[in-house]
Amino acid sequence: MADVVLVTGVSRYLGGRFAAALSKDSSIERVIGVDVVPPPHSIGRAEFVRADIRNPMIGRIITQAKVDTVVHMSVLATPTSAGGRVSQKEINVIGTMQLLAACHKAPTVKRLVVKSTSAIYGSSSRDPAMFTEDTGPKMMPTSGFGKDSVEVEGYVRAFARRRPDAEISMLRFANVIGPSIKTAMTDYFSLPVLPVPLGYDARLQFLHEDDAIAALVLAVRGPAIQIVNIAGDGVITLTQAAAMVGRPLVPVPFGAAYLGALVRRAGLADFSTDQLSFLSFGRGLDTTRMREVMHFSPRQTTREAFADFADHVPPVVPGADAAFSLLTRTAGGVLQTASGLAGSIGRLRQVVS
Amino acid sequence: MAASGEVLAAGAERAAGERRKRHSTPLVSDSGMPPAPAAAHVGPKARLTTQSAEPTRSTQQAEQAEKAQPAAALDSPAAARARARPHRPVPSGTPTAPASATAVDAVERERRPRPLLGGLASAGEATVTPLPRERSRRSSTGSVRVGAPQRRSRNVGRSTTGAGKTVSPVSADGRTTRLSAVGAAAPAGAQASGPASKAVALDDAPATVGAPAPLGPSLPTPPTRGMRGDRTGTAYRSPSSGISHSAESAEITASLLAAALTQQELTPHVEDVVAAIVGVLRTVAAASGLGADEVEQAVARALAFIRRRLTGDYSVDVFGLDPDYIEHIFLPIMRLLYKQWFRVEVRGIENIPADGSALIVANHSGTIALDSHMVQVAIHDEHPARRHLRLLGADLVFRTPVLGSLARKQGATLAASSDAERLLSSGEIVGVFPEGFKGVGKPFSERYKLQRFGRGGFVSAAIRTGSPIIPCSIVGAEETYPLIGDVKVLARLFGAPYFPVTPTWPLLGPLGLLPLPSKWIIEFGQPVDTAKYGPVGADDPMLVFDLTDQVRETIQQSLYSLLMQRRSVFS
Repeated sequence: MADVVLVTGVSRYLGGRFAAALSKDSSIERVIGVDVVPPPHSIGRAEFVRADIRNPMIGRIITQAKVDTVVHMSVLATPTSAGGRVSQKEINVIGTMQLLAACHKAPTVKRLVVKSTSAIYGSSSRDPAMFTEDTGPKMMPTSGFGKDSVEVEGYVRAFARRRPDAEISMLRFANVIGPSIKTAMTDYFSLPVLPVPLGYDARLQFLHEDDAIAALVLAVRGPAIQIVNIAGDGVITLTQAAAMVGRPLVPVPFGAAYLGALVRRAGLADFSTDQLSFLSFGRGLDTTRMREVMHFSPRQTTREAFADFADHVPPVVPGADAAFSLLTRTAGGVLQTASGLAGSIGRLRQVVS
Repeated sequence: MAASGEVLAAGAERAAGERRKRHSTPLVSDSGMPPAPAAAHVGPKARLTTQSAEPTRSTQQAEQAEKAQPAAALDSPAAARARARPHRPVPSGTPTAPASATAVDAVERERRPRPLLGGLASAGEATVTPLPRERSRRSSTGSVRVGAPQRRSRNVGRSTTGAGKTVSPVSADGRTTRLSAVGAAAPAGAQASGPASKAVALDDAPATVGAPAPLGPSLPTPPTRGMRGDRTGTAYRSPSSGISHSAESAEITASLLAAALTQQELTPHVEDVVAAIVGVLRTVAAASGLGADEVEQAVARALAFIRRRLTGDYSVDVFGLDPDYIEHIFLPIMRLLYKQWFRVEVRGIENIPADGSALIVANHSGTIALDSHMVQVAIHDEHPARRHLRLLGADLVFRTPVLGSLARKQGATLAASSDAERLLSSGEIVGVFPEGFKGVGKPFSERYKLQRFGRGGFVSAAIRTGSPIIPCSIVGAEETYPLIGDVKVLARLFGAPYFPVTPTWPLLGPLGLLPLPSKWIIEFGQPVDTAKYGPVGADDPMLVFDLTDQVRETIQQSLYSLLMQRRSVFS
């Protein structure tokens, strides 16, 4: 059972919410949040320590506070939030290296919880319909977040070898979505029109942000689970998702690479090529292990999670809905007046004759 | 040199001291120790600050308050008064004093985005205390309407008063329901608009009746309460309010009518438009000799399908199977080919189990893989359980645009052991064509000669899940597009396994895509039991090869016997 929990990346949305959720549990003595900038949101009774996980200083924090559970949530998905791809990679890869080195040296650390991603499975036409935890990627992610995450998982495996006494829980999340979180996916679905690869209809799987927090809390409090896929039930296709957010699709030919360049150059959404092949082929996760070993079941299905996001996404043209209802009402009013007029003319005729 | 050495040594000394000091300083406050001095001590030196989350939150609140303040001060005297008070309360529904209430109201109003056209703002947005501007506008629309509806009122009014007289003042709600019933039944309902909307309007109206007692007699009340479904208005209607009074009953009728009219004015009459369109449709259908009901139903189904596709209101399974698409697009199109074009004859459909998994192994042919779809239609339409065959496709299918997404929609998935086993263990019927592109793209001269059966992966999947293997022979597909040539250069250019040349393609252009109308026979053979080997059998390569050979021989034999029975290719 966790006594002192260290959370990295606490100033980011999920990290902050997780720290706040964890601090509601009175059986946990202390929650220490670490990040390079102060959290813009409440993190409950968690203590914020300004530190960079790329700096060996993190080791001293772990030793001094006698941290027994480390939750690593500081793997950035988008270069913009880190200030460029180089810095993103450094935070993700070097940060994880330093953090795990510090955990290795600290005898108090008993458990490591890592927020990983399903992006490590890549996305290609040769993928099986559902990835189990022991299926390797058919095509390794070649860039960005996916590649970083593969490396992060490599370091975690090395840590598990060197510290066999420590428990590992690595959670591979499907795309987290919800009314408040901001990711490359939410940016994409907020575009006025959605450019999609022509002739493909990806299967997408989502996890609601509340379920993501619940899964992480369970990973800290419950038994250790090694590697597990976390995703909402079912899949929706990209076409369905676009219909749900009320965006028209613009099929772009010449494959995903061209589309990626287009979207990136236009500065519309922060998309790596991996995420674009994801838009062509999608991905499905097998969640048997999540249910049977971790005993976790997400409250919301993929469709419900996406619908929750779609309800909160701003309309394409501000006031488009209002304009539409105005139009129908005016039409109804005109029709009403017309029929009323016709009726009165009819009766006038009756009176006259 | 010595001097510089001293300097270096001193520097090293200093650095060591620093490091020692750094290591001894607590970065995180111990639980017993108060955090403030530690933070003060560490802060400037180690570039680390220890702080709890509380300060950030309080500053946030302060910022919010600051931001809110200028927004509130939108130069109205009321707002100014509100600002003058030391602590402005959050605008709430129950203000303490009337003056502050108006102030708060003014502020609230300034903040809220004003609708473009106040008159068309939705009923839910109307405030409880209507502003003078709004009230005057409402009454004006009411008076505009008075001219036209007066005439109509005679009908409704008569029935209303009739009902009102018989009613005892106690049963206020009883009167409401009876009123609506009268309104719906009265011939006046059929007069101008749909009877349904009128009944609804009348039903809503009595709630308005009770509420506006203090207002002027001739002024119809804004129907906000009634429209919001706020039935608390009935509470006002005590028996002493004199509903049966004749002077007031006229007023009630007037306000009732006004409410009904406003309601009608606001609700779009889509029903009328649709009714008119349906009427036209039925007339056209009847005129062209078709059943009016059938045509109407077909159109309704098509429209419902389009609506579902546009709103995303359909579901797909984890493999991408889209039942809505299969039912309404895929099967109807394929059925045309199946029944009219190829006149498929099915034999041995009873060999397919009504439930539980089975693996159907068939020969592949015909340049364009129409045979797989015909087997799908055969199993869906001829089998009593109407099961849907899940096909396994090569990864090239899923890499190809359009083709890949259509294949997923109709339930196909990648021909890999993981997917095959997943489908079989969930009790599906799975179809596999082990020859793959070698079978589809073989020249016409080699028709009905089975190619190599892959590596037998399908057999081990069946053994592992204990599913029976059902051999399936398809005759007729070879003649649909007789492949007489293969342009290797073009195939390489497109990344395809072959580029077909048939007697009509590419000679006749798109017309060459039309398959020849050969007569088809699909025969399902006796199931081969695999459950007896147990899951371990899947790892026995000898057993897998033997079974693969057995299945292949069975299919080849039944192909030959079917060809012997066939009288001609096209009949």
